[in-house]
Amino acid sequence: MAEDVVTDLTKPSSGSDTVPAEPGAVDRPLASPGVAAPLAAFSSATPDVPTRLEAKGVSLAYDDRVISEGLDLRIPAGSFTVIVGPNACGKSTALRALARMLKPKQGSVLLDGQVISSLPAKQVARTLGLLPQSSVVPDGITVRDLVGRGRFPHQGLLRQWSSKDESAVQHALAATGVSDLENRFVDELSGGQRQRVWLAMVLAQETELLLLDEPTTFLDITHQYEVLDLCAELRESGDRTLVAVLHDLNQAARYATHIIAMKQGQIVAQGPPAEVVTPELVEAVFDLKCVVVPDPATGTPMVVATGRGERSAAAKAHAAELTGR
Amino acid sequence: MHVVWAILAALSLIVAVISIGTGEYPISPSEVIRTLLGDGTQGTTFIVETLRMPRVICALLVGGALGASGAVFQTLTHNPLGSPDVIGFTWGAATGAVLQIAILGGGAFAVSGSAILGGLVTAFAVYGLSLGHGPTGSRLILIGIGISALLAAVTTFLLARVELGSAQAARIWLTGSLNGRGWEFAVPMLVALAILLPLLALLAKPLTMLELGDDAARALGVEVDKIRPALIVVAVGLCGCATAAVGPVPFVALAAPQLARRLTRATGPGLVAATLMGALLLAGSDLLAQRLLPTGGLPVGVMTGALGGAYLIWLLRNEWRKTS
Repeated sequence: MAEDVVTDLTKPSSGSDTVPAEPGAVDRPLASPGVAAPLAAFSSATPDVPTRLEAKGVSLAYDDRVISEGLDLRIPAGSFTVIVGPNACGKSTALRALARMLKPKQGSVLLDGQVISSLPAKQVARTLGLLPQSSVVPDGITVRDLVGRGRFPHQGLLRQWSSKDESAVQHALAATGVSDLENRFVDELSGGQRQRVWLAMVLAQETELLLLDEPTTFLDITHQYEVLDLCAELRESGDRTLVAVLHDLNQAARYATHIIAMKQGQIVAQGPPAEVVTPELVEAVFDLKCVVVPDPATGTPMVVATGRGERSAAAKAHAAELTGR
Repeated sequence: MHVVWAILAALSLIVAVISIGTGEYPISPSEVIRTLLGDGTQGTTFIVETLRMPRVICALLVGGALGASGAVFQTLTHNPLGSPDVIGFTWGAATGAVLQIAILGGGAFAVSGSAILGGLVTAFAVYGLSLGHGPTGSRLILIGIGISALLAAVTTFLLARVELGSAQAARIWLTGSLNGRGWEFAVPMLVALAILLPLLALLAKPLTMLELGDDAARALGVEVDKIRPALIVVAVGLCGCATAAVGPVPFVALAAPQLARRLTRATGPGLVAATLMGALLLAGSDLLAQRLLPTGGLPVGVMTGALGGAYLIWLLRNEWRKTS
């Protein structure tokens, strides 16, 4: 499926480019939108950091529609890497390529140094898990049964359900906080519960690498933070490496240990949030005028859009007019 | 779940015994069983083993094949309407058979061969046309319905052009009937199932994973691009052989998996239950079709069409009431 066609519920309400910025709101010279050159300094490709998953010179396309060309992407081992970028920038496509959902036209994706497409499918599935953007809930399936399907790569043709499978499922249910929903039908659950159940299924797979394609889409704000907290815990509590595509820059800056910013199928900048999330980068990548302030809760960089200043002033005046009547 | 399997198998057996026992020369169930165990008189042995048993076995095997095939396609398309009779494979087989009967004039085996070939060609045409990225389920069904309409037109055209005698023969074949099905039909069907059902059993687990959608299945280590064509070949083989043996029997492939699922209340494709349910449905329908009118045998396709249509309407009414 084409990426980024899903109605975007998680993206912060960004400025429209018809509204000029308030003069003086941004005190630094702005890079002209779309030009990546001034940001080259941020694109330290960090070749020294060990990696378990990387894309080398991959060209990605759906049929004839080219998304990325000659893309190099490294996921630092043990990181919570978040890929950000505007709609249709190729971030989900890149993630899909890393998860072997999409075969590159050129170049290759390497898992632990080996070309991923040459490895047996089940063996890869024991190392690398993916939470896809769209999955189908089978009719009348219970939470337990769905989570149990995550054990498929660990089962052979004849080997049936084992105590190891059982304990993996119980762990996954507990980690995602859905143990007490175990016997409920998945189609009766709320969106937030359902997403946690899907996460539990991927956790039951017991992989060291975990790829999440927009895990917070369609969730309300409480559940978004729940899912992200869970991801952070998963990274901290083991040797897991997580990669997620997120829309909300502030969430990315808060939770990621490594951010990859993409635009038009290319990486514009990557590194720790504090280095990457700057007004220049946000303008270059998202065409959004903003200031970056420390997040009052965590101290991580927080993007505050300035582009709507005038419009909001007009809206205030209008509101005053209405209440005055 | 296993209880349901046992009940379905037992019911099929009972229907089989009753079917063998009824006819112009009635035989009591106990006598049928005694004959089956090799302890009958010369007369009952002839009637049971030569005349009636192959027909019943044909009904059970064909019904089972249709039920299994329907379960596979409904799972692959994520849609209860995605059964081989809806998505054109049955019509492909029918067109192949009518071509053979009406134009080429081959015998029974040539007709069967043409039916299987027609089904396979149609299946690959429908599958090929529905490829591309995006959800293949609904596209496969819609393209299948389009191809069905096309093939139905071709078949009607063929029937209108050829001379009356062969048109009549083709039309009888098109209704789907077990009349006159002897061992020469039952044995090939048995061989086909002995090959195809074990293959299907090997593919059952990956098929279950495909229920989650292509991405999720692939992420869990299912080689979707190999498994899906393999499943299509096996399932088309099943419904192609069934159609080749008795003509296009409507609704068994559509209804059997759905009925079975409601009984087992289990998730997954439910291949075993669907197979048993298909066997019971077709054998039961044939018994009814033979006995309902005092003047004698209706083609079984008329019966499954009527029963299946009524069932489908009931199902849709009920499901809608539940959700609305």
